[in-house]
Amino acid sequence: MTATDRPERRSPHVPATAGRITPIGLLGRRPVAIIERNFLAYRRMWALFLTGFLEPLLYLGSIGVGVGALVGGVQLASGHTVPYEVFVAPGLFAVAAMNGAIMDTTFGFFVKFKYGKTYDAMLSTPLGVADVAIGEVTWAVLRGAVYALAFLVAMVAFGLVESWWAVLALPIAMLIAYAFAGAGLAASTFMRSFVDFDFISLALVPLFLFSATFFPLERYPEWLAAVVRITPLYQGVSLTRAVVLGDLHWGLLAPVTYLVVMGTVGLRIAARRLGTLLQP
Amino acid sequence: MRPGTPAVASAAVTEPAEPPLIHASSLTKRFDDFTAVDGIDFEVRRGEAFGFLGANGAGKSSTMRMIGCVSERTDGELQVLGLDPRGHGTDIRGRIGVVPQEDNLDTELTVWDNLLIYGRYFDLPRDVIRRRAEELLEFAQLTERKHDRVDPLSGGMKRRLTIARALMNRPELILLDEPTTGLDPQARHLLWERLYQLKREGATLVLTTHYLDEAEQLCDRLVIMDRARIVAAGSPRALIDAHATREVVELRFATSDARDDAALALEQDAAGARVEALAERVLVYTDDTDHTMGRVDALITPPASVLVRRSTLEDVYLMITGRTLDE
Ligand SMILES: Nc1ncnc2c1ncn2[C@@H]1O[C@H](COP(=O)(O)OP(=O)(O)OP(=O)(O)O)[C@@H](O)[C@H]1O
Ligand SMILES: [Mg+2]
Repeated sequence: MTATDRPERRSPHVPATAGRITPIGLLGRRPVAIIERNFLAYRRMWALFLTGFLEPLLYLGSIGVGVGALVGGVQLASGHTVPYEVFVAPGLFAVAAMNGAIMDTTFGFFVKFKYGKTYDAMLSTPLGVADVAIGEVTWAVLRGAVYALAFLVAMVAFGLVESWWAVLALPIAMLIAYAFAGAGLAASTFMRSFVDFDFISLALVPLFLFSATFFPLERYPEWLAAVVRITPLYQGVSLTRAVVLGDLHWGLLAPVTYLVVMGTVGLRIAARRLGTLLQP
Repeated sequence: MRPGTPAVASAAVTEPAEPPLIHASSLTKRFDDFTAVDGIDFEVRRGEAFGFLGANGAGKSSTMRMIGCVSERTDGELQVLGLDPRGHGTDIRGRIGVVPQEDNLDTELTVWDNLLIYGRYFDLPRDVIRRRAEELLEFAQLTERKHDRVDPLSGGMKRRLTIARALMNRPELILLDEPTTGLDPQARHLLWERLYQLKREGATLVLTTHYLDEAEQLCDRLVIMDRARIVAAGSPRALIDAHATREVVELRFATSDARDDAALALEQDAAGARVEALAERVLVYTDDTDHTMGRVDALITPPASVLVRRSTLEDVYLMITGRTLDE
């Protein structure tokens, strides 16, 4: 946020949501316009919308079911043993949520930011940088949720859901999406060209492979497990796995907090950076 | 109301007591230690077309962006619609229309959706948006392209759509940053017509340009900006009267040597009030054309062509800055 926007918060003319980072549930009316904009855009690009969801589904079909036939059961830390595909599905579910969130806040954002000048147009209306950041992150959360819901339906269809607690997987998917959307948007404001996006892929691929997605954390070497424990996707994977397998406990508040903080910090950095870049 | 009719227009121009729509004094914009706008003063009154004329990098866009509340001033005073952009950016942006220098139509959307979503950015009700969008498509002569994407539109069409879009919120003040740059003459004239129409309907226009004919045609009053400062202000006619002679004799020569010799000779002969040697021409500013023509006839190497014309803003610009606008 530039100083142009900062004092607005004190202005009596402006609705309370104006320059502030609003928690997602209290979304003001103006960021909603950005969600509408993305909806209009995707009406014509719906095929593009499907891509991010197909990937984890294909993994579930190939690795989950295929490897599952080879390895049989996986023993969890809690003691009980589940079929491999039951184990791997929550991991891929978390990946689906992450994919849904990351696309529009990284690559999609950059195209609009740099080449479309879409945000310059938005900012010449009453919308401010905080509205833009909140709007894009919320859209990404919705997209993540749609992916997650579709994936969850697939899991139920394959018979991979063990507990009714699995309905909680949906809010968890939104939390995962929030964290990655906020962080992704913040990171994208530092990108200078498309080449820099290789760094994002460079970060995402290991997350995808090593967040206890495909193996239980106990199978990793000690040092690697320690690293994985503090990475973001692992938080989402362990939360999802806990609810899908009905293994709830208070310790889950830690990953929840982690994801909330990650998303919110990202959102704030993104809004500030947008101000610096677009309102010099 | 016709498209683009400002919400609070009417016969306000005759009311001298009304405060200006824009008031700037010592307005300054610095980027680090580079000064893009250096303490300029100006006022824009309701209902007028006000221009910023200047070469590349003069600081026109920087000024427009401060008025449009997307760039904070470094120093000085600025009031837009009676409000300070510091603290009222959202309010002001809700009441103005902005046509940026660089088209930023939403290329992922159709013509129609561009208007629709822009109205949503102003939080206008949907039925109002649809009604206005129909009117504005008509105004921009784009009704047939309603369902097309924006990308394949011609430059002139894009520009007209950008203007139509800027009118969605019925702005009291319309900012146009180089509205016709890059367009062919026909597209420019079509656009001018639209701007005339807005003017007739009482809109207040603020525009920047580096086309002198555009400034002369469209602006009631203008300021000439040069290197971050305002170097002259007034109506086009007043500026010409104050800074240029009645007529200009424009001479072209076959060689640059002939041009230089002629410029020197005309200068020494006091052929006119002022002699300017440009890259391709020699201009003699004069209030006594017969006298000047006599001097021209006496030149040792006669010019390849002679043109006598009335002074224009271009001459004013040249007189004040010592450069032509396209230099
Ligand atoms: N964000 C910025 N950071 C640094 N310098 C800037 C920035 N924006 C503009 N400038 C500089 O300020 C000066 C004035 O720029 P401005 O865009 O206002 O000129 P202009 O009169 O609109 O020119 P043009 O006719 O080319 O559009 C230029 O030298 C430009 O390089
Ligand atoms: Mg400019």
